[in-house]
Amino acid sequence: MVPLSYYVILSAIVFVIGLAGVLIRRNIVIILLSIELMLNAANINFVAFSHYAETIVGQVFVFFVMTVAAAEVTVGLAIVIALYRRRATLNVEELTLLKW
Amino acid sequence: MTALLFFYLAAVIVGASLLVVLLRNPIYSTISLLVMFAHVAGLYVLLNAEFIAAVQVVVYAGAILVLYLFVVMLLNVKREERFQRQVIPAVVVAVLLLSEVVLVLFGGRVGGGLAGGPGGGFTAERIQAEGSTAVIGQVLFSTYLYPFEIASLLLLVAMVGAIVLSKKV
Repeated sequence: MVPLSYYVILSAIVFVIGLAGVLIRRNIVIILLSIELMLNAANINFVAFSHYAETIVGQVFVFFVMTVAAAEVTVGLAIVIALYRRRATLNVEELTLLKW
Repeated sequence: MTALLFFYLAAVIVGASLLVVLLRNPIYSTISLLVMFAHVAGLYVLLNAEFIAAVQVVVYAGAILVLYLFVVMLLNVKREERFQRQVIPAVVVAVLLLSEVVLVLFGGRVGGGLAGGPGGGFTAERIQAEGSTAVIGQVLFSTYLYPFEIASLLLLVAMVGAIVLSKKV
């Protein structure tokens, strides 16, 4: 039996990799992919805790997290396509329209 | 055996996540995210959550990643400079956060609190006897019916939003 803390540490590592990806990459599609990494890290935590606490609620929450992730991806990629059509770039350093 | 499987899955998950962030070509990043999702599904099977594992493969690897691949190939991004100037602050933040989490874990709070009293009643044997899908369905459609309805509304709003945003004006 693998201890619970191994799962939590794995999830922390994946979350931090996703966080670093959001901070350092320039391509907006890769930033969205890194957000997916962070959501999956949270899901690993949910399922691991629900297994070790002998409850099912964590798995139900993973279901909702997946729904929200799907909605986020749909709207995010639509925004990316609309941006690319207007500005012909995916580099976040050039997308400074809302910068004050 | 379980431990060996866990370490294999964990190693591939961490490696594929690193590749997602480090690779230059967005298509390769997406493919390595696919590898990562498949191995996370394996982790769910290890944790006795077969239904969630199936949903992970169907929804994440099947639907969401195909959407990403479509957009990446549609936009046909040229190779570009990878990192912006925040590399050093990002690495510092990441290392600090990770070491904090690991320190808290080895302080023994997480495992200790749970070892005292798991008690949701859904043991691995019961879930296996009744079937993972049946158990989740019963909880989802009784206790969590209202959030379920809200989630369906959220998907409708996202669908309408995507159509409106990507329409040619």
